[in-house]
Amino acid sequence: MELYHGPLDVKEIFGRWLDEEADSNYGAYIPFVGTIRAEDDIEALSFDIYEPILQSWFEEWQERAAREGAIVKMAHAIGDVPVHSSSYISAVFSPRRRVALELIDAFVEDFKANAPIWKYDIIDGERVYADDRSTPMNGAGLLA
Amino acid sequence: MIKVEFLGPIGKESIEVEANTLKELSDFLKRDEALASWLPKCAVALNDTMVSDLKTPLKAGDRITILPPVCGG
Repeated sequence: MELYHGPLDVKEIFGRWLDEEADSNYGAYIPFVGTIRAEDDIEALSFDIYEPILQSWFEEWQERAAREGAIVKMAHAIGDVPVHSSSYISAVFSPRRRVALELIDAFVEDFKANAPIWKYDIIDGERVYADDRSTPMNGAGLLA
Repeated sequence: MIKVEFLGPIGKESIEVEANTLKELSDFLKRDEALASWLPKCAVALNDTMVSDLKTPLKAGDRITILPPVCGG
């Protein structure tokens, strides 16, 4: 898992991941790139991350992937990420495509729902929590 | 005492509380009006492990983390 301050260098990260697994005999490599879209007059998005729980969440996914002979990788931005640049990339490598296609879907969806990351819109220099796009994590409401 | 941390947009400083269970902690936190509106949508971690049982015992030095709704990517 890689965390960067500011936007991700997508080509460097994907190229390096490809090199890392060049001799691993995986038949399928499926990358996912999340890019900040220009909408609602935002200048950028901004992210807070709670690293200890993100790390354990990611380790569980590595174990789940390993059970299918696959691996997952991810990189995410901390702080401000301007429109048209990337805040999140992930990838699955697996011996066979079916495993990789299913895993990237499940991994990215669970990432959206349970990775401890908070998103803010940057509008006129103000940081506004993306309340309407955020999802309560599994088990939310325990103390209510 | 246990330490309670509030992450992301909650925007509240950490506090130290006397509580023996998560239920006791819940009763205490709900008295804070600003916090009461967050709690129904927040998940909870004890020493960086997610928890789901109100009967979970707490001991001195434990760290509770309150995690509001997330949106990575």
